[in-house]
Amino acid sequence: MSAPKTEWPLWEVFVRSRQGLSHKHVGSLHAADATMAISNARDVYTRRQEGTSIWVVKAEDITASTPSDKDVLFDPANDKVYRHPTFYDLPDEVKNM
Amino acid sequence: MTQEMDLNQRFEAYIASDQKIEAKDWMPDAYRKTLIRQISQHAHSEIIGMQPEGNWITRAPSLKRKSILLAKVQDEAGHGLYLYSAAETLGITRDEMLDALHTGKAKYSSIFNYPTLTWADMGAIGWLVDGAAIMNQVPLCKCSYGPYARAMVRVCKEESFHQRQGFQIMLNLSNGTPEQKEMAQDALNRWWWPSLMMFGPNDASSKHSEQSMRWKIKRFSNDELRQRFVDMTVPQAELLGLTVPDPDLKWNEATGHYDFGPIDWSEFEQVVAGNGPCNRERIETRVAAHENGAWVRDAAAAYAEKSAERASSQTSAA
Repeated sequence: MSAPKTEWPLWEVFVRSRQGLSHKHVGSLHAADATMAISNARDVYTRRQEGTSIWVVKAEDITASTPSDKDVLFDPANDKVYRHPTFYDLPDEVKNM
Repeated sequence: MTQEMDLNQRFEAYIASDQKIEAKDWMPDAYRKTLIRQISQHAHSEIIGMQPEGNWITRAPSLKRKSILLAKVQDEAGHGLYLYSAAETLGITRDEMLDALHTGKAKYSSIFNYPTLTWADMGAIGWLVDGAAIMNQVPLCKCSYGPYARAMVRVCKEESFHQRQGFQIMLNLSNGTPEQKEMAQDALNRWWWPSLMMFGPNDASSKHSEQSMRWKIKRFSNDELRQRFVDMTVPQAELLGLTVPDPDLKWNEATGHYDFGPIDWSEFEQVVAGNGPCNRERIETRVAAHENGAWVRDAAAAYAEKSAERASSQTSAA
């Protein structure tokens, strides 16, 4: 045959474990196309009723923040404690707020 | 240079405070290399480990046993896939890993180079080999590298079914006819020592252990885990009415552990070096499976390419 093809693309797999919950990343796998990725994901990641729905996304289509941006992106939230309800002192008389 | 030092400090701080290292975080090259070696070897072990048990799928004594064994072997394939994908997050490709396995450059657990001669071996493998694997793997769920730790959580959840199904086979045989019990004893005789070897060399001669412990890839030493395995398994053998093939084995009141005889490390080294009973057969079978599947992979890739082209030409026409 012709020269060996490069490996199948990598897909990231997200599974909804039950109705009412969001899809959660569970791992990745290789597949030639989306249909095969779904069916492989079923065999690899849901052999024990772990899912009711599967998303597959080509790994190369995911844009991720880079670890070196971590401080820039997330540190500004550190000094904004007033975004949390525990920041506010309430008189004891106020219950259930 | 200073930037590198900052990065290294952050890495060390993460390790020290038990935070996970994730795929895109900076990590020392040696840490990355160690993980790639360990995770890929682990994946290879799962994949090669399908063979000794696959040997009995067509000869399982009942349809129920056959379904269970099929499910177990399918799990091993799944474990291999979780682990390959964890290793790929470190920047090695699947093809590179498979190539290393097929050319003998990469190792896998030496236990899978022993033959499975009787049905009782399915019991002994589940009970002892998977039992030893669990002992090794549970601490890996807390390993410092996130993707590996997460893969191990999945693996460990599934392994306990494996160990129980193996023990049940041993239990049935032990309670069966004298011939069946003899078969169970024979399997224990053959699998006991190789199972103890699964924990790797003694601590004093284990070349990777110390650094791995420091990086929190490894949490317990080879000898600690081996001792735990012996302590856990000996009472189970007694329950089965079988004899552990070690004349030196005895309970040590003072230490609260079982003392056991010396391991024949020359056998271990021979098997690791490629001279075990089935090394060549295992790799030949793996390579043949890979090569015989090449046309399927190529056809699927060609089909995917053609479908994508057709879809894009339809969109541009519309």
